[in-house]
Amino acid sequence: MSVQAATALEARVAVERNGFRVEAELAIGAGRTVALLGPNGAGKSTIVRALAGLQPLDDGRLELDGRVLEDTATGVRVPAERRPVGVVFQDLLLFPHLSALENAAFPLRARGVPRREARARAGGLLERLGVAHRGTARPGELSGGEAQRVALARALAHEPRMLLLDEPMSALDVRARGEIRTLLSDLLDGFAGVRLLVTHDPVEAMALADELVLIEEGRVTQVGTPDDVRAAPRTPYAAELVGVNLFAGSLARLDDGSGVLRTAEGDVVVGWPADAGARTGIDGVLGVLRPADVSLFRTAPEGSARNVLMGRIAAVTREADRARVRIASSPPVVAEVTAASVARLGLAEGDPVYASFKAVEVSLVLP
Amino acid sequence: MRERSGAAETHGHAGRARRSAPAPAALLALPALAFVLVPLAGLAVKAPWSRAGSALSRSGAWTALGVSLEVTLGATALSLLVALPAAWALARVPFPGRRVVRALIVLPIVLPPVVAGVALLAALGRLGFVGALLGRAGITLAFTTAGAAVAAAFVSAPFLVLALEAGFRGLDTRLEDAARALGASRRYVFQRIVLPQLRPALVAGLVLAWARALGEFGATITFAGNFRGTTQTLPLAVFQALQTDPGAAIVISLGMLAISVGVLVAVGGRLLVR
Repeated sequence: MSVQAATALEARVAVERNGFRVEAELAIGAGRTVALLGPNGAGKSTIVRALAGLQPLDDGRLELDGRVLEDTATGVRVPAERRPVGVVFQDLLLFPHLSALENAAFPLRARGVPRREARARAGGLLERLGVAHRGTARPGELSGGEAQRVALARALAHEPRMLLLDEPMSALDVRARGEIRTLLSDLLDGFAGVRLLVTHDPVEAMALADELVLIEEGRVTQVGTPDDVRAAPRTPYAAELVGVNLFAGSLARLDDGSGVLRTAEGDVVVGWPADAGARTGIDGVLGVLRPADVSLFRTAPEGSARNVLMGRIAAVTREADRARVRIASSPPVVAEVTAASVARLGLAEGDPVYASFKAVEVSLVLP
Repeated sequence: MRERSGAAETHGHAGRARRSAPAPAALLALPALAFVLVPLAGLAVKAPWSRAGSALSRSGAWTALGVSLEVTLGATALSLLVALPAAWALARVPFPGRRVVRALIVLPIVLPPVVAGVALLAALGRLGFVGALLGRAGITLAFTTAGAAVAAAFVSAPFLVLALEAGFRGLDTRLEDAARALGASRRYVFQRIVLPQLRPALVAGLVLAWARALGEFGATITFAGNFRGTTQTLPLAVFQALQTDPGAAIVISLGMLAISVGVLVAVGGRLLVR
């Protein structure tokens, strides 16, 4: 991954729509991925629309690679179609009357590239994304994963300088999501420009982003690397959103067909990823586990869960009727349980406790 | 909100609970069917089949067919020219008084055609306030083929406006935004995204407008007159033949009936049924 220090996108966005004001500042370096994370209605899509040029700024300035795209102070405004931007839209918005290939070729055709060349280039992209065989299909005939790949090809076809991904995986089922996430990760690494990923899925954000920008009710509430935000979430939303368990290590295949993720602080049993191919060992794998998927027990549980970790409770924090319990096991984990469970089990700091979770609940992100 | 969704649900139940009536109740449709079919059967029964060919040529039907083609195609083109921008504005621009503007634009649908003809004559006739200006520019509409086309367009354009407005409303504008963000100019978006998706509404609207223009009688005869070879369209030829050779009128009418049935089949009855 090439990481450049120079800031390629500098954006100050202030937009008011139907009485709802969105204000945000973004600075993204070339070759960096920033995830814009926030609950529904926080203003994420408005920011994407503003960057793409579909929503005029009420106040602010956009600069990409040293070129001013919009500046309310000077009245400069480059129209949407002349911005070097590629977008994957929420719900994809593939053109229903055009074939997959024509969809992918659209940004080139719109820029006056001759049909034959546009189709050849778009075809190459579909090939890279593994959907070349679906070129003649209409979007309505594509599976969720295929449509996703066509939308990605369409966003990249004209070699934009900035890639905007608005909830790119919201239309996918869980299975396809894992597959596309790996693909997306590769694509983002290979894309030299600015990448902005809009999502409300912390796993997606953790897996793909170098930096998180949290937005709530139209305002940025926190900016930082995933580790920074995880270590010190500033709002309850941030805590809930990014407070996931992360296990980084090397993945090895077990004889029974599952896998084990060996981290510096201990081992976690995981499902063997379907997209691992014939490999039996992979370095640099990220495992993500939601705290809500961790169950707590006073005595060693007997059940189907492959992971049972024992440790003392390091901290209990309550948030409304939920409680987050941090356990100093190896590796350490955070569990989210109901406040009623905490009371029933009589959990307090320093108590020994068993934390258990199923292997399949650990989402894997391959390098 | 909750209450409303509850009401919708009740509504849905009522719809599902509706029982089918017994088959003999279908006879209720019979009077309306007879009302249409009996006169049409009259055409077939009274038609002078043996001398149909000579009746057609003597009554000037072939000439009238040519005029009708010219007039209806001209009228349809003119309708498209005014209807497309109007339909777009009505569907997409939330301007004040939009409902009033729409009502005025579709007024010719309910206006008696003869009134339309008199109005056109008053405005666009040789002595009309617009007609006088056109006359100075060397353009005469009253009692010309072009005038017949204008009269037909006046009554048929509203059908196209309504069909196209519904078409525009059926489009997902987010697709147009997506196209813009991917590098398409407004013109390219219209060509590649809007127009292809609008095609069913466009075709249905054009066919309806054309069919209405083909049947136009009152406005045409009032504004353009009834001159063989220039303004005598098929309906006017029928009218004239009735006074001299009723058999010929019936034959021409049968021909127009065939065209109407063809049109109905062409649009699949979709727009007309709903």
